[in-house]
Amino acid sequence: MDDKPATITSDRSPHLTRRRLSVATIHGIWAAMIAALGAPAIAYLLIPSRARRRNDWVEAADVTQLIPAVPLEVAFRRNRVDGWRVVSEKSTAWIVKFPEDIVAYAPQCTHLGCAYHWDSRQTHFVCPCHNSVFSVDGKVQEGPAPRPLDRYQTRIEGSKVLIGPLVTSSRAV
Amino acid sequence: MKAYVSAVSDWLDHRTGLRTAVRTFLYEDIPASSGWHQVLGSIAIFLFLVQAFTGALLAFNYAPTPGDAYNSLRYILTEVTAGRLMRGLHHWGASMMIVIVVLHMVQVFLYGAYKKPRETTWMVGVVLLLLTLAYGLTGYLLPWDNRAYWGTVVTTKIAAQAPLLGPYLTRLLGGDDSIGVVTFARFFGLHVLLLPPATAILIGIHVYLVRKHGVAPSPGDESRPRKKFYPQQALKDTIAIFVVFSILFLMAAVVRVPLEQLADPTDTSYIPRPEWYFLFLFQMLKLFKGPFEVIGSTVLPGLAVLALIVVPFIDRSAIVKVTRRTFAVAVVLFAAIGWGALTTAAVMTTPPGEAQLAIDYSLPTDWLQLSPEEMAGIGYFRAEKCNSCHPLAEGTTGAGPDLTRAGNHRTAAWMIQHFKSPAGVRPGSSMPPIQLSDSQLNTLAAFLLKLNPDNATALAGAPEVAVQGALVYQAQGCADCHIVNGSGMEVGPRLNGLANRRARSWVEEHFADPAKLSPGSIMPAFKLPAKDLDNLVAYLFLLPE
Repeated sequence: MDDKPATITSDRSPHLTRRRLSVATIHGIWAAMIAALGAPAIAYLLIPSRARRRNDWVEAADVTQLIPAVPLEVAFRRNRVDGWRVVSEKSTAWIVKFPEDIVAYAPQCTHLGCAYHWDSRQTHFVCPCHNSVFSVDGKVQEGPAPRPLDRYQTRIEGSKVLIGPLVTSSRAV
Repeated sequence: MKAYVSAVSDWLDHRTGLRTAVRTFLYEDIPASSGWHQVLGSIAIFLFLVQAFTGALLAFNYAPTPGDAYNSLRYILTEVTAGRLMRGLHHWGASMMIVIVVLHMVQVFLYGAYKKPRETTWMVGVVLLLLTLAYGLTGYLLPWDNRAYWGTVVTTKIAAQAPLLGPYLTRLLGGDDSIGVVTFARFFGLHVLLLPPATAILIGIHVYLVRKHGVAPSPGDESRPRKKFYPQQALKDTIAIFVVFSILFLMAAVVRVPLEQLADPTDTSYIPRPEWYFLFLFQMLKLFKGPFEVIGSTVLPGLAVLALIVVPFIDRSAIVKVTRRTFAVAVVLFAAIGWGALTTAAVMTTPPGEAQLAIDYSLPTDWLQLSPEEMAGIGYFRAEKCNSCHPLAEGTTGAGPDLTRAGNHRTAAWMIQHFKSPAGVRPGSSMPPIQLSDSQLNTLAAFLLKLNPDNATALAGAPEVAVQGALVYQAQGCADCHIVNGSGMEVGPRLNGLANRRARSWVEEHFADPAKLSPGSIMPAFKLPAKDLDNLVAYLFLLPE
């Protein structure tokens, strides 16, 4: 059996010797094995893990504290799912009351993550790092910020404002 | 395109000599008799690389401290994509590596390939075998479940028995008085920082020595022309590696590697068992009693290793033909029978039944968060065989609607009406009415409201003992006085974490006569049938803190 020539018919068959078949088999098997290990490895590293626990909704403010179209910075503690742990940590948000709903912005600039603040005379948000300016409804007015401010989901229960998971504004818009 | 590739290749070869080096490596002369019996070394190297690769990937999601190790591993198993596969590959790869390394050694031994001038190749190989075993020993602790913890307690105690070296070994492993953070850090450090480079260097030396002396020839090879390693022998190696890899991959994908409960140093009922390849040592230990124990635990294994190392100096005859090496064949047979007998004896004496009660924590355990009522609902769901038309497991469909989203658009009241008279609430429904009392239907509805597509598979897999326990809990009205998972009344103590506070026997006795064990307790006595009591206590002991 070892001496039997490769039985592959092709117009190039004079060149397709047993040796070429061996080399092709070696390459093929190694490529298959590398793919079989590499594909799950890429999935393991890049596909987001399926969260079995979710971030809680937390009470952040009272509706009566809010003045329409004037952002209020609130601090609250929340449990955040961090890999295999759930950590209790302090977070902040800017809450704005609009006629039809209440919006909570995540406290980082969408450019490089600096903490921005509210300029009450100019009535807009300003990031101190690279001077990105956001309007009260979160839209970019000036500067390098690539997208509007990120928002937390919000919900009203009685007079309490509850803050939920973060939604990045590229998806929210 | 082809010209471009060859130009780059030429440039690279001229500057680095890479192509020349690879060719020199591949076009090695090997004896004419070389064939399938020489593929084992290549497989061992391949498996080492698979272990290094999967080990590095696991480390990306693993926190090597007793506080976090178990939870991070559970995270890998239940949340990370392909995490279960990676752990399976690493786990079964370790077992497979032991098998292949031992087979490699047996082959070399039978063919007398350790003889002059290949003594050092053999000795480096023996050290590589010991390193492989050291990986098994140190890696065993890293999941930090009960099995890992108690297995390592025994290991460090055995190390402590070693004549002269005992106390130093114990200190080196950080196990002076108990297994804790220091031991864990040292085992992890050995497993991922010290052993891999040591193995890589020794493999390098081993392969260099094989190349220096050439593959050992068989009788008759002198008169036959030598052949090249590439491509014929390389193809055999590749096919053999592929077969082993396929088996490994299949096992990793199909055979579940269990994870037991978090390491509990106070669990006096745990019976530790080592990994299968150490079972023979474990069993041999039982043959030596009292002061002779040290012989079985360290002296004999030590002598065996020494004997392996000096094999080339004991057997100095020039005979290499397998059929004429009767003594060598006898040694291998004797070792195989001894190993097989000891391992079988160890397996036979492993107490049965434990596996049935143990919960596999490598699967999601969302059911642990359910209230007893919701948990009891699973019991009615199973008893009424709802599953036959409404399967819960992922990717299955049945005759009835998918219930994993029922909670989104139905209320408990609607469900109860529907259970009583399916066609009355949904005209055309072919579901038979459920013959249960109102409170039982309420319990069933409580479970269905909790169900969602993410937790359905996990809830469907809730262990029967816990479900039965919850049914007893519900039927006896325990929730009127106790809180479990935040649900119930706080008249008596909360029952979460009971396992950490009380012994099982205490709890069982307490049911019969509460006031005797907790003076002043207003809890009435419960005379439960033995099976109900068992299930109830088992359920309560599973509850998380």
